[in-house]
This record gives sequence, C-alpha cells and structure tokens, in this order.
Amino acid sequence: MQIENIKNWLKINLFSSWYYSLISIIIIYYFLLIFPKFLDWAVFNATFIGNEKSDCKSSGACWVFIKVWFNKLIYGFYPEKDLWRINLSFFILIFTISLSFFIKDKFKIYILFFLILIFPIIAFVLIKGGFGLEYIETREWGGLSLTFILTFFGIIFAFPLGILLALGRRSELFFIRYFSLLFIEFWRGIPLITVIFAAAIMFPIFLPQGLNVDKLLRVAVGIAIFESAYIAEVVRGGLQSLPKGQYEAAKSLGMGYWKMNFLVILPQAIKAVIPGITNTFIALFKDTPLIILVGLLELLGMVNLAKSNSYWLGLAVEGYLFVGIIFWFFSFILSRYSQNLEKKFSSERY
Amino acid sequence: MSEKIIEFRKVNKYYGKFHALKDINFNVNKGEKIVICGPSGSGKSTLIRCINGLEQHQDGDIIVQGNVVEKTLKNIEVVRKEIGMVFQQFNLFPHLTILDNCALAPTWVKKIPKKKAEEIAMEHLKMVKISEQANKFPGQLSGGQQQRAAIARALCMSPQIMLFDEPTSALDAEMIKEVLEIMIDLAKAGMTMVVVSHEMGFAKTVADRVIFMDDGKIVEIKKTKEFFENPENERTKLFLSQILK
Ligand SMILES: Nc1ncnc2c1ncn2[C@@H]1O[C@H](COP(=O)(O)OP(=O)(O)OP(=O)(O)O)[C@@H](O)[C@H]1O
Ligand SMILES: [Mg+2]
Repeated sequence: MQIENIKNWLKINLFSSWYYSLISIIIIYYFLLIFPKFLDWAVFNATFIGNEKSDCKSSGACWVFIKVWFNKLIYGFYPEKDLWRINLSFFILIFTISLSFFIKDKFKIYILFFLILIFPIIAFVLIKGGFGLEYIETREWGGLSLTFILTFFGIIFAFPLGILLALGRRSELFFIRYFSLLFIEFWRGIPLITVIFAAAIMFPIFLPQGLNVDKLLRVAVGIAIFESAYIAEVVRGGLQSLPKGQYEAAKSLGMGYWKMNFLVILPQAIKAVIPGITNTFIALFKDTPLIILVGLLELLGMVNLAKSNSYWLGLAVEGYLFVGIIFWFFSFILSRYSQNLEKKFSSERY
Repeated sequence: MSEKIIEFRKVNKYYGKFHALKDINFNVNKGEKIVICGPSGSGKSTLIRCINGLEQHQDGDIIVQGNVVEKTLKNIEVVRKEIGMVFQQFNLFPHLTILDNCALAPTWVKKIPKKKAEEIAMEHLKMVKISEQANKFPGQLSGGQQQRAAIARALCMSPQIMLFDEPTSALDAEMIKEVLEIMIDLAKAGMTMVVVSHEMGFAKTVADRVIFMDDGKIVEIKKTKEFFENPENERTKLFLSQILK
C-alpha cells in the first residue's frame, strides 16, 4: 500500500513523460554526485572541537571558526558584560510576537501598539543606555543583532511612512499628490548604496556646525526612507484594487478622510498586498549587509572581518555558508508568517 | 404646508463638458416617499448622489435639513450623518462581520460606546430579519441578505433620510421581494425616502410622488396615482408602456 503510493507519486511528479523522466534523472544524478561530497565536507570530515585554526586538520569544514567568533558574529563589539541587554530586548520581542499567536484577535491591536510605539523605546534604552544603564556607542554595535535592529527599525518606520505616501499619491490635494509622487520616484530611482553613502558621508556636511547625528541612525533612516517608497507602491496597488463602492459606502456613513481610510480602505488594501509587503521586508533584511560600505558591520560584515583576521585566514566558505543559512532561515520564517496571515484572512472572508 | 427636508434649486451638474443634470428643481417633504425612474443614463444616480455629496454639483443650491450642501463639499459630513444610502452593489465592507459593518460608523462617527452600538446594530439586524447572520462575513451571505444588511447598516446611524439607488437591480426575483418588504416596512415607519427604482409595483404601493427623468432633466413629477393614470409627457407614456408590459 505504502509502496504503491510512493510509486504513484513518483510516476505523477517525476516520470510522467519521457522528457520529464530525462530531466528528473539528470537532476537526481547531479544531486547524488554533489550532495555526498557536501555532506562529507560539512559534517563527516568537519572539525567541531577546538579553539584555534590549528585544531582543524581534516579536509572538511572548520566550524571551530564559527564557534570561536560566534559572539562577535551575533553581537559585534558590544561589551561582553552587557550582552544581556541585547538578549533581553530580543527576548521581549520574540515573546510578544509569540504571544500574538495565542491571544484573541481583538487584543492583537494592543500587541501591535506595543511593538510599534513602546518596544522600540524599551529596546533603545536597553541597547543604547540611559536610565542608569551605561551608554554604549553605536559603533560598538554589530553582527546579527545589528541586522535585526536595522530590519526592525526599517519596518516600523517604512511601513507607516509608505502607507502615508501611498495615500498621498492618490490625494485630491495637488501639493500632497505631487510631493508624494516625486518623493516616491526619487527614492525608487536611486540605488540603495548611494543612499547609504549619502547618509553616512554627504549628509553630515549639510548639518549645521556642532550638530551631530549618529552615523548608524543616519544610515538606518536612509534605508527606511528608501524602503518606504517601495512599500508605498505596493500599498498603492492594494488601494487601486478596491472598488469605488467601498469609498462611497464609507463616505455615505459620514466618515471623513482618515476614518474612511483607516477603518475601511487600508485594512482591505493591506490584506490584499501582504505578499508584496513581505517581499519588501525580506529585501530590506537582505540589503542590510550593504552598510559594510560605510564601516558598519552587521552579520556579513563581521564574517568579512573575521575571515581576514591573520589567525583565521582562508575560512571564507564556512563564514559565508553560515551567513547564508542564517539569512535564509529568517527570510523563510518571514515568508511563512506572511503565508499564514494570507490564509487566515482569506478563510475569514469566505 | 409640511416641512421641506430636501430642496433642489436650479441645480446643474457637469461631468467635464457633459451636462448631466439640467436645471433640477424639486422639494421633498419630511416623511415623503419619492420614486425616481427613467431610462438608463438619464441622470437618476447622479441626482440622488448629489443629495449626499457623492457627486459635486456646479450650479444652483441643494439644501438638506436647512444645511446648504456646499459646492466644495466643505460641510458634507454634517449633511451625510443624517442621510443613509443603499447602493445597487450593496457595498458592505468585506473585511468585517455583518455586526461590525453595522456598528462601525456608530462607534467611530457618532462615538457611541461599542457595546451600545452593537446592541443598536443587533436591533436593526432583527428588523431586517437577518440577526442570525450577524457574525458572518458579507461574502457568506446571499445577495438579498447582503442588501438587507446594507439597509440595517445605514439605519444604525439613525438617519432622517434614506436614499436608495436601484437597491434591487442586482438581485433575483426571489430576493427582490424580501428587500422590497423591508423597504415597505421602513416607509410605513415614516422614513423620508428617495428611491431610484424600476419596480413600479413598489412605487404604486409606497410612493407619494414619482419623478420621471430623461436626458438630465425632470420631465414629469406627479402624485403617484396621477403619474400612472394620467402621464402628460410623451416620453413618460412611452417609458411606462415599455416598463409595465
Ligand atoms: N463619473 C462620470 N464621469 C462622466 N460621465 C458620467 C459619470 N457618471 C455618470 N456619467 C454620465 O452621466 C449620465 C447620467 O448617469 P447616471 O449614472 O446618473 O444615469 P442613471 O440614470 O443612473 O442610469 P442607470 O439607470 O444606467 O443607472 C450618463 O450619460 C453617464 O454616462
Ligand atoms: Mg444609476
């Protein structure tokens, strides 16, 4: 019975015609050729134990490298004794997000409220310092935690801004419409690298003497504004998909512009474009390594630094593979989460 | 004389160069039921949508309950709060349950506490006989049920005037009846109603006066009985002979 099922599955999916069979066989052949070699390198011949490069004597991967540098890859140059501050911030974040899976829908709005308005302040104080906590300069921040900080900041900044821009682009007021249009097209038209360079190097030149804005903050705002233009275009697509009748029904019930948009239009428009929004956020997450160009080292930057350390030369593959897996893993989670949301909303409606 | 609740004084409306309403003059008294009919494209929707400012007029005055509907729509929310509207395509909010559809505007526009707003919503859903559907989403209801929900939603704002733009045109015969029944109940309860409809049976039972429109003009406006028995204009006669066949 089981075997019958498997046979059927194979027939339908891999060997339904002679050319599909041929393609399947070629793919399986190469897979069998490469995968064992990879496993040998990554697992069977790899070194896991030790504290130095010289401990890696086999021909396989030297995971000792990742182990020794692990803290740096995750936390950058953040002081060892203060790591709990970053950990606590992330614990709060993950805890709140997990909580949202277990509570009733009508309380979720409070979670959202907390994540957007309160959590950033808590996390900022925890990580940066203040209220009795020692100040830690942003130049000491780095590694995966910096990747997360930038992504999170980007999302909570770019999302509302993008929504406002999308509304602005459809506004009946001439100045607001053209301002939004120009703003969006400007940021969509320049590469992110330029934005990062400009924020880090050019921007300070235009600031009045004595005024100093943190470099990381400048870059983070630059990235967030850049992404907001993309969010705006995605949300605009959602707005355009709504029939005119929705606006008219809301108006006829006496709702003004903001109530109409926030209660009736945006909830539908945003639900319609969840995949596009997720895409933008995944892109944002994966674009953060570009800040290496202005000397800020998130995860990939830290790996670059580690692999050029004179004691650890020649271990680039392990490092990049590690970075790749981490980026893939979190992107995958984001994408699954969005699929989850989509499913939930579509079952809600029909 | 009874109190005028809607007044049109020489109203003109253009879509770009197209002259959609031409010198429209008429009044609606409080509690009166008006049915508007006429061929497709004659401006019925345009006329009814000018009353609550879903379309802007360019010339003349529209006065609703003593408030002038500004051509810039500056004060339109004041006017809209008192006017309920029911559309051909129902236009329920698909992301909300029927109950939430009804309670949304009372809570956010009238600032009625949510609990109370839901009670009001439930009462009106009972009135339109779909209270058992309260927690479903619009997409799960039949067309007739959706239209009745839409009527309930409008009534939850306790409007003084109800506008209907071809409320039964998107429905099958069976469902038309259930919606018309609700509208007849509403008429009996004394609501001021302006209804664009080709349901002449409904017009005969409910309407105090009937308006016939053609080419952006009010061609004929008469007491219901007279309208059907003694139409004056040739176009009205032609239209009636076609529709009453
Ligand atoms: N937004 C618009 N822009 C341009 N022209 C319009 C617009 N809306 C309506 N019109 C035109 O105005 C005229 C009147 O339209 P309206 O919708 O009021 O007619 P109607 O009597 O309601 O017709 P129907 O019975 O088909 O609903 C039509 O000729 C129509 O083409
Ligand atoms: Mg019409």
